[in-house]
Amino acid sequence: MAVTGILLALFLIAHMLGNLKVFTGETSFDHYAHWLRDIGKPLLPGVWFLWILRTVLVVAVVAHIVAATVLARRARAARPVKYAHRKKINGSYAARTMRWGGVIILLFVIYHLLDLTTGTLNPVGNESKPYGNVVADFAPERWYVTLFYTLAIVAVGFHLRHGAFSAFRSLGQQTPRGERRARTAALVFAVLLCAGYLVVPFAVLTGLVS
Amino acid sequence: MNLTLRIWRQKGPEDKGRMVTYPVDDVSPDMSFLEMLDVLNERLILAGEDPVAFDHDCREGICGMCGLMINGDAHGPQRGTTACQLHMRQFTDGETIDIEPWRASAFPVIKDLVVNRGALDKIIAAGGYITAPTGSAPEAHSTPVAKANADAAFESAACIGCGACVAACPNGSGMLFTAAKLTQLSLLPQGQPERYTRVIGMVDAHDEAGFGGCTNAGECTPACPKGIPLNTIGRLNRDYLQATAKGAGNTPGS
Repeated sequence: MAVTGILLALFLIAHMLGNLKVFTGETSFDHYAHWLRDIGKPLLPGVWFLWILRTVLVVAVVAHIVAATVLARRARAARPVKYAHRKKINGSYAARTMRWGGVIILLFVIYHLLDLTTGTLNPVGNESKPYGNVVADFAPERWYVTLFYTLAIVAVGFHLRHGAFSAFRSLGQQTPRGERRARTAALVFAVLLCAGYLVVPFAVLTGLVS
Repeated sequence: MNLTLRIWRQKGPEDKGRMVTYPVDDVSPDMSFLEMLDVLNERLILAGEDPVAFDHDCREGICGMCGLMINGDAHGPQRGTTACQLHMRQFTDGETIDIEPWRASAFPVIKDLVVNRGALDKIIAAGGYITAPTGSAPEAHSTPVAKANADAAFESAACIGCGACVAACPNGSGMLFTAAKLTQLSLLPQGQPERYTRVIGMVDAHDEAGFGGCTNAGECTPACPKGIPLNTIGRLNRDYLQATAKGAGNTPGS
C-alpha cells in the first residue's frame, strides 16, 4: 500500500505542477502538453516514454487496489459478528473513509481520463488543443462539472491525509515526535495538493483563465 | 441508580446468541462495573436463572482477564481503565448499557461475555520471549540501557494482553498487542539475538490466527487500558522491514 501509494502521490505532484502551467497562457500550456508526448524523444521513439509512465501508473493503481482489497477482506473475515452497539469511531474521518473514498477516486479517475485524455466526454475534445478543452470543461454553465471535480479532489485530499501518514508508519516511522511530524506533513501535503488542483477549475469558472 | 442492561447471552460456542434486557435497581455509584454484574448474577441465581458468564480475575486492572464491550467502548467510557476498575459513577441513573463480548473471529465466544483469547498466546509462543535462560534479575548497572529505550520498553511491557485493541480495531487487527510484546524485547539488549526471527514469527502467527491487517486507523490506543502508544506499531513495522530485507534472520542455529 505504502510503496504504490507513494508512487501515485509523486505522480499527483507532477500532474499538479503541470496543471498550474495553465496560468502561463495557452501557447505555453499546449506546448507543455505536447512535450509530455515527446519526452525522451531522441532516445525513445514517439510516445514511448508516456506509455512507460502510464504502464507504471496502471501497475501501481492495480497493486494499490489489490492490497486494499486483501486488507478489506481480511478485516471482514476477522470480525464475522458485528457489534450491536458500535460507537462512532475515534479515529479521523480520513481514516474511516479510506475504502469508499478510494472507490470514489477510482470512478473519478475513469471519468477524468474520458474527459481530458481521450476527450470523449469533453465538450470540445480536441486532442491538439488541451487548453481549449480545459477552458470548455470548467465553463460557468457547466458548474456541475466543477462541482464534481471539487468533490473528487477533496476526496483525494482526505485519502492523502490518512494515506501519507499511514505510508510513513508502514515504512517504519516509530517515534511519538515523528508521528506528530508525519501527521502534520500529511495534512499540509493534502491541503497544498487540493489547493493546487482546485485553483485551475476555479480560475476558469471565475474567468481568470479563458 | 437504576439501570437497564442489554447483555449478550450465548449458551455455548454453537449457540446463535442474542441481546437480553435486564433491569438492575439500587446500583451504588461506588460499585465497580463487575460488582454491578455480580449483583445482577446473585439476583439471577436467586430467581433460578443462569447467571451471566464474564471473565475476571484480579479486579485491580493488572491481569487482563476482564474485557467487555460497554456501549461500544472496549472496557467502557473511561480511558486507561479496565472494566474491573470502571466505576458505576461513570454512568447516569436510568441509563441503558449495552454489554457485548470482544468481537473477532480469532476470539470465539465460549459463553455469554467470555471469549477464548488463546490466539494471543499463539502469538507469544511464536517468539514473544527470549530463549536464553537468564536466571534471576541481574544487577541493574551491569547492562547499560539508554533511558529513552528503557522507558519505551517499559511502556510496551505494560500490556496486559486483554485484547481490547483487537476489540476496538475496525479491522479486527491485533497489531498493537503484537507490537507491544515484540518491542518490549527489541528495545532491550536481551532481545537482540533473536530480534529479526521474532518479528517474522510473531507477525506470521498473528496473521495465521485470523486477525485483520493494521491500517493505522488509530482505534486501539484510546481503547488500551494501559495506553500503549500507536507508534509502537511503527517499531514493529521497522523491525519487520529490516527482517525481510535481511532474509533468513540472525538467530544462530535457526
